[in-house]
Amino acid sequence: MSETSFSDTAAGNGAAAEAMVDVRSVSRTFHRGRTPVPVLKDLSLRMEKGEFLALMGPSGSGKSTLLNLIAGLDRPTGGEVIVGGSEIHRLSERKLAGWRARNIGFVFQFSNLLGALSAERNVAVPLLLTSFSARERRRRVDIALEIVGLSERGKHRPRELSGGEQQRVGIARALVNDPMLLVCDEPTGDLDRTTSGEILDLLAALNRDHGKTILMVTHDPVAAERASRTLHLEDGRLAECGHDGTIVMPTHEPAGAAV
Amino acid sequence: MRLGSFIRQCQAVTRYNLETIWERRAVSVVAIFGIAGVVGVMVAVLSMAAGFRAVVTGQARDDVAVVLRSGATGASDSILNHQDIQVLWEAPGVARGPDGPLVSPELFVIIDRKKIGAGTDANVPLRGVEAAGFALREQFEIVEGRNFEPGRNEVIVGDGAAGAFEGLRVGDRIDVGRASWDVVGRFTTGGGVAESEIWTDNRILQQMYQRGNSWNIALVRLRDAEAFEGFEQTLTDDPRVSLGAERQTTHMAAQSAPIEVFISVVGWIIVVMMSAGAVFAALNTMYAAVSSRSREIATLRALGFSRLPVVVSVMIESLVFGLIGAGFGGAASWLLFDGFRAATINWASFSQVAFAFQVTPELLVQGTTLALVIGAIGGFLPAVGAARRSVVGALREQ
Repeated sequence: MSETSFSDTAAGNGAAAEAMVDVRSVSRTFHRGRTPVPVLKDLSLRMEKGEFLALMGPSGSGKSTLLNLIAGLDRPTGGEVIVGGSEIHRLSERKLAGWRARNIGFVFQFSNLLGALSAERNVAVPLLLTSFSARERRRRVDIALEIVGLSERGKHRPRELSGGEQQRVGIARALVNDPMLLVCDEPTGDLDRTTSGEILDLLAALNRDHGKTILMVTHDPVAAERASRTLHLEDGRLAECGHDGTIVMPTHEPAGAAV
Repeated sequence: MRLGSFIRQCQAVTRYNLETIWERRAVSVVAIFGIAGVVGVMVAVLSMAAGFRAVVTGQARDDVAVVLRSGATGASDSILNHQDIQVLWEAPGVARGPDGPLVSPELFVIIDRKKIGAGTDANVPLRGVEAAGFALREQFEIVEGRNFEPGRNEVIVGDGAAGAFEGLRVGDRIDVGRASWDVVGRFTTGGGVAESEIWTDNRILQQMYQRGNSWNIALVRLRDAEAFEGFEQTLTDDPRVSLGAERQTTHMAAQSAPIEVFISVVGWIIVVMMSAGAVFAALNTMYAAVSSRSREIATLRALGFSRLPVVVSVMIESLVFGLIGAGFGGAASWLLFDGFRAATINWASFSQVAFAFQVTPELLVQGTTLALVIGAIGGFLPAVGAARRSVVGALREQ
């Protein structure tokens, strides 16, 4: 198998600086009983196409909430979320599900594979939402498994695979629809250091060689180092992290200013 | 959502659900056997009613009239005299055989016999018949021994009665009233209530019970079913007699109705109570099934699957449990009860009717329908719950 991309349009890193994600003055408030609990307050974020962005922050800082908003899994209490030019905060739940299927690839912390299905059938699950022919589906599954280095393991069920292999299958599933954005929620949070490194190498390669735009939530500074940019979220505010680990908090950030 | 995508989503989620049933077999079995129990009991009870109805009404014909004293509801409260029978012989529309009009005046008395097994007393019909009585029952056949000889204290016993009551085998002698009777034969009539009876010569029975020249009931074969209205009108209009006629089908259906309704009502009360239990078992199973897969369902929804396919797939799974339960329950009741012989009192004649349970295709369809209803009710709430669950919340579960 020499073919390792789904379409002819896969671009390398450094594509035109076109906003893939544009989060404008977003707030998200949950309710604990009758008590409102604001998690994100007037937060703005811009992410370019082809970028590999790591989102860090302590537990409860709202980084997964922000990721869910960008991935169309949740809706903001206020503000706008524009991804790939679509104002997804305006979409109905039904349309949002279809939008996710077409545009977002999810990589979960625990891989979230369907235990009864083989690796290749797990990878094929998102294709069930498309009108691709059976042959095209087969082709895409083969390519996705080849990209993650598991071509020989397609017939195995998740319990027959190691944790790292399961996460690779999860990544293949996220890739198979050739989405414009990969969202990874703690993709190495359940893995040992060596396996984590392999998964991060794979994500970096997807960004570098296949032009995938990646948003990754992580606790792990080592993981964040692989990203082209790292943002730190604390108390509902975003700050840019330098590669030396320094956090630059904007001191007089105007409301809604994008980081 | 486009139909093609919807169907593909339903197929995918349903297929996955069904493939994982084996992994959840312990809790699945509770629902399946709960439903199987309900279906089994329902089919068994209603097969009793079906068997009873088949025996009582099975041999009834539209071109046979049952004639009783006007106002009587059955043979036991009816008396016919010689003039009544003469009017029947001459009535329009009556079919004729080689020996004359096919009119069978019959005497009907009740004797005590003990039920085989239970040992309890039971009322068994003893019917006096003549040559026309055999001609009217075309499927009459002696299957053991011989027919009784007119003028002698001999009886023949219906196949159902021989199997249900003591002392009615060929060669036995039964004491009734002041006389003893030899059982000389066993007969069938191709089914029907007659097989629960003992038959003898009309004249001998009249003498034994001091009935003179009277009978209780007359069966009349008509030329065809359409002749009934004219025949009935003639009896109504004739001032010499006070007789009522019904088609045999109508008469036997009325005879069968009380016990059939009783069995059905009692049966359905039991079934409804059991169904409530089965619904809770199905609910429990489906809640457990949905709970154990909440993260997987959330994953599918995150990937773009909609709520409705989730609802549909959980419902289908629950309905599959219903179908499997119906299969087990129906098969068990068929194996255990189809053909099971019993006897019960026919309240219309106060006599015993021997019958066999009949597990009919209609009952199996009814049982399957009930199982599907239980499955649908048991699956609905868990299905809706699964679909309404927060995707983000469920994804966080480990």
